[in-house]
Amino acid sequence: MKSSEATTAGVGAPAAELDPFEAALHLGDVKGRSPWEDAWHRLLKNRAAVTAAIIMGVMILLVIIGPWVISWDMDYTDWDHTQSAPSFANGHWFGTDAVGRDILVRTLEGGRISLLVGLVSTLVSLVIGVSYGAIAGYYGGVTDRVMMRLVDIIYAMPFMFFVILLMVVFGRHILLIFVAIGAVNWLDMARIVRGQTLSLKRMEYVEAARACGVENRDIIRRHIVPNLLGVVMVYVTLTIPQVILVESFLSFLGLGVQEPMSSWGALVSDGAQDMESAPWTLAFPAAFLTVTLYCFNYIGDGLRDALDPKDRS
Amino acid sequence: MSGNERPPVLKVQDLAVYYDIHDGGLLRQQVRPLKAVDGISFELERGETLGVVGESGCGKSTLARALLGLVPPRRGRVLWLGEDLVGLDEKALRRKRKELQIIFQDPLASLNPRMTVGDIIAEPLWTFYPKIARVQVEERVRGMMKMVGLLPNQINRYPHEFSGGQCQRIGIARALVLNPKLIICDEPVSALDVSIQAQIINLLKDLQRKLALSLIFIAHDLAVVKHISDRVMVMYLGRAMEVASARHLYRRPLHPYTNALVKAVPIPEPGRRRRGAEETGLRGDMPSPMNPPTGCVFHPRCPWAVKRCELEVPPLRRMAEGDWVACHRAEELDLTIVKHAPGTV
Repeated sequence: MKSSEATTAGVGAPAAELDPFEAALHLGDVKGRSPWEDAWHRLLKNRAAVTAAIIMGVMILLVIIGPWVISWDMDYTDWDHTQSAPSFANGHWFGTDAVGRDILVRTLEGGRISLLVGLVSTLVSLVIGVSYGAIAGYYGGVTDRVMMRLVDIIYAMPFMFFVILLMVVFGRHILLIFVAIGAVNWLDMARIVRGQTLSLKRMEYVEAARACGVENRDIIRRHIVPNLLGVVMVYVTLTIPQVILVESFLSFLGLGVQEPMSSWGALVSDGAQDMESAPWTLAFPAAFLTVTLYCFNYIGDGLRDALDPKDRS
Repeated sequence: MSGNERPPVLKVQDLAVYYDIHDGGLLRQQVRPLKAVDGISFELERGETLGVVGESGCGKSTLARALLGLVPPRRGRVLWLGEDLVGLDEKALRRKRKELQIIFQDPLASLNPRMTVGDIIAEPLWTFYPKIARVQVEERVRGMMKMVGLLPNQINRYPHEFSGGQCQRIGIARALVLNPKLIICDEPVSALDVSIQAQIINLLKDLQRKLALSLIFIAHDLAVVKHISDRVMVMYLGRAMEVASARHLYRRPLHPYTNALVKAVPIPEPGRRRRGAEETGLRGDMPSPMNPPTGCVFHPRCPWAVKRCELEVPPLRRMAEGDWVACHRAEELDLTIVKHAPGTV
């Protein structure tokens, strides 16, 4: 916005004679502070959330950079050191598994997959869920009923059965995990968003927009969705760990990623089998997984407090 | 007002809005109508202010929304400059909305918290003139802000950074930015402090004079309505009880309900009671609009009700001096308000 007007009272204007309103007309533009900025400042004051975010940031950096820096490859088998305990001497800081693969590099590579599944699936469910829920909630009536019954039907399908069916038909592939998790996760998002939309569309500013002749799709875009985002963001941060867990669960059952690729779930699954002879194969991936889940939960909590200060209990 | 020969800008004929209430179980569902507005007729001239008063739930806000086409009417006509707005499709209605605007009750709730004041006031402009230049919009928005008594340099602020009265000014600026001819004010001051109320009402009066606006001013506060209105319509259970010039209404109400309302206005002096308030006080509560009384809807609470009131619906009749009333016994009753010390109603 332009603020070209003089920032002080006009030159030569007899300041004493101006009433305060007239005088203030010559002041420069005042910067507003949006609800987002307010929320951001509140979030920064939340020590648990900030700490969690920092740890998460470090974790993401590690996972991205780590596999390049570490001299081992994830599928390299070191026959001299099979099932070696963590040791600085032989270079396997986190030890190796039964076939001599480095646990550190496998944990970081597995983290890539786990976090990627978490982020991408959540993003997909975010986009589908928000648009679907907002449309169903805003238009209401028959549209709403048909759309939400469809959600109920998909919801009623047994998830594991659905995944196994996909595997049988298309064979095992990492993409299928995205599809399977995404297909289920947007349902919750759609329901939450629809519920929020139902209350938002009764707000007077939506009615005011309608009275001004704003078209429905612009109302959804400008008035409904931005006001939904607070709730949605909180839900997203809580969905990411949930998706990571689901992926781990699938991998644990052997339905997830395929060797030599790995994920935290698959690593935990492998580690659990050698738990007695080589506990480190379980401990390190499990620790990474747990820390990540905790971090996301703390960030989610912090976001909820920051975005919805009235609901703090 | 009554002697004027110019055609009215707004002519409402037998307007009715029913809400369908779904009742009963999943299988044996019944739909019963809630008669929120039931046969309202009135006319409004250019530059005139029509006050609409009544208890909560009498259909005032529904009437406002029906006039704008925000809720679909069950029957009746809304003639805006001779053209019927009822039955227009969404597109045509949208074009008309440039000329009819609304100001809401809750100033903060009527502003999107995620938009800056500038964007809020500019939204109608962007909607109706999508190709307008950014500079022009900003200039217009700053002009509007100044006009309603806001500092234009606050253009980038958000609604939560303003007081209630300022928020209402933003709402007024948004309503005026398209140069409408009619503004419907849906209880614009009832959420504000008394001192702020006066400011907003005077602002509306000023703007009305400057821009030759017609106003429909809805409120449940008679003192406020008296100050701004030329004529006043008294509503009860979705129907008009009386439409009279503001002066007449407060001096000598024609309808027992109006009488009760006027006498219920508190005297701004502790301990003092209005003479005659006891015997004209209303009994009971307003009946449910799902199941309105037969005949005159007011008869169960009316101290002067007779058998006829139970049986026959009184039509809105024209009385002397151009006032209208819906009461069978309007001629017999003398409801002149006893003169009190100056300053009271």
